[in-house]
Amino acid sequence: MIELAHLQILSAGLFAIGTYGVLARRSAVLILMSIELMLNAVNINLVGYAAFVDFDEATRSFGQVLVIFVITIAAAELALAIAIILRLYRNRSTVNVDEIDLMKW
Amino acid sequence: MTTHDIYLLSPEISMAGLAILLILVDLVVSRKSILTIVAVLGLAVPLALSIVLWFDLTDQAATQMKADFGTEIVTFVVDKFSLFFKFLLVGATALVILASSEYVSKFKNFHGEFFALILFATSGMMLLASTVELITIYVSLELTALPIAALAAFMRDSRSSEAGLKFLILSAISSAVLLYGMVIIYGFTGTTVLADIATQLGGLLDGESAFGGNALLFGVILVIAGFGFKISSVPFQMWAPDVYEGSPTPVTAFLSVASKAAGFAVILRVFYIAFSAEILSVDWSAVFAVLAAVSMTFGNLVAIRQNNIKRMLGYSTIAHAGYLMVGLAAVASRTPDADAIIGPSGVLFYLSGYAITNLAAFSAVIAISNRINSDLIDSFAGMARRAPFLAGVLGFSMISLIGVPPTVGFMSKIYIFGAAVDTNLEWLAVTGMVNSVISAYYYLRVVKVMYLREPIDDAPVGSALPMKLAVMVTMAGTAFFGIYPTPLINLARSAVDVLVS
Repeated sequence: MIELAHLQILSAGLFAIGTYGVLARRSAVLILMSIELMLNAVNINLVGYAAFVDFDEATRSFGQVLVIFVITIAAAELALAIAIILRLYRNRSTVNVDEIDLMKW
Repeated sequence: MTTHDIYLLSPEISMAGLAILLILVDLVVSRKSILTIVAVLGLAVPLALSIVLWFDLTDQAATQMKADFGTEIVTFVVDKFSLFFKFLLVGATALVILASSEYVSKFKNFHGEFFALILFATSGMMLLASTVELITIYVSLELTALPIAALAAFMRDSRSSEAGLKFLILSAISSAVLLYGMVIIYGFTGTTVLADIATQLGGLLDGESAFGGNALLFGVILVIAGFGFKISSVPFQMWAPDVYEGSPTPVTAFLSVASKAAGFAVILRVFYIAFSAEILSVDWSAVFAVLAAVSMTFGNLVAIRQNNIKRMLGYSTIAHAGYLMVGLAAVASRTPDADAIIGPSGVLFYLSGYAITNLAAFSAVIAISNRINSDLIDSFAGMARRAPFLAGVLGFSMISLIGVPPTVGFMSKIYIFGAAVDTNLEWLAVTGMVNSVISAYYYLRVVKVMYLREPIDDAPVGSALPMKLAVMVTMAGTAFFGIYPTPLINLARSAVDVLVS
């Protein structure tokens, strides 16, 4: 039987993997994918709380509502990020963040 | 959504409408300088609507007008606090647009989009000042962050794209962290409305939930980390110097003033309304006190070594985020008989003083560096002879950034350090004063280079009329509020009343 604690552990694990990816990956595209993992970890946590905890009737759906917003905004963010990365690739012929160092990172 | 809700939202709606209007006007006019005029005149509409709301508020003697959009859950309020920030944001945006009128002529196309993105970001910031609910806060935060990332990458050369990418990636990471913190708080309280969070937490903290207290604190720390990015406080500051250096200079000015103001608005709202319980406020005020001390020391020490004036001002904003956080640390619950609103009103007063001063500095930098095509401090040599007026304004604003009378920088530092002393944070006030002395070194270096070095080139550096207007308004504000700050202080004090009642 799945309980809230399982979802919380899954979410914390995903968030940690995402954070590791952000810090360790060198390609800007892979960093974006890791950020996506972090946001989805948040989503799992939100859905978990909304589904399992016995909240007020009026505010019950807030968790799910926030998930929808997070997904939508993440999509917008990604679109902009890909556009900037393409621009950068045309200028520098690389998307490796170690080499994107005109100004010190 | 009733007409009353639309009325309350009207400044934001008109701001977004103006942005769309500019994109359309850009399609039909061939003289692009018209866009600046349309943008600045159009900003009178959100300003006028905010003024109407202000008088409506005082007429009804109400502290807040609430919008619930038919769900009976209050997500958006209009009060003096949010209107104070709306005035500040609209004013700062108008000055940034005036100052960028000359700069945008460098672009081959997309003039309208440049102004439109600035206005979209401003409408997000205005929403941010008014929201009292976590979902709306997240959406408005992203509404400010995404246009700014696009603006940072606007020049489309390597540096600018790099700045845009860095801003976007780091802002996405920080919003993921912020969301995780919000989720933990949501999990504890079952609500995202700030006032309800406070009531729920009151019940939780009275009970014997030992584990709960720690997990809750973890959520609060994550929220601080997420917002810390917005205001570029150490240790979340690493994006600031790079983005400041790589972005178009007007965008840098916008980032350093408007984005920071909106960040502090939402921090004050969240921490003073949702986490106002004394047992929590002791903890987060201690966190802010440490962050303040570290930010100002780091910012000032690293700024000494910079050669690029935009990068130097980037480190200087980190230091000023530190001074501002002194006001966040100065919560009244630290001392029994302290003035309850001295900390938050100090933040508001310092923010407006800093906005005027920094806009004066950036306007002068934009005017000069646009003509000489260089951001290096050394290339400002002898500027006192080539552009006496601009050099004078830049020098005066540097003096205000140090905090020397008779400037608004001095008054706001006195006020905010006084708040620290009143709330038993003498060590923080002393750290702040020592830091102001350190900062004099690199601010005065700019003055020295401009006044004492021989000019590289004898050609005078002129500036266009809108540029002169922006420089004069900010300069006059810096001097006026430095001599007579009482109206601004009174305004700030009446604005924060709603936070502590």
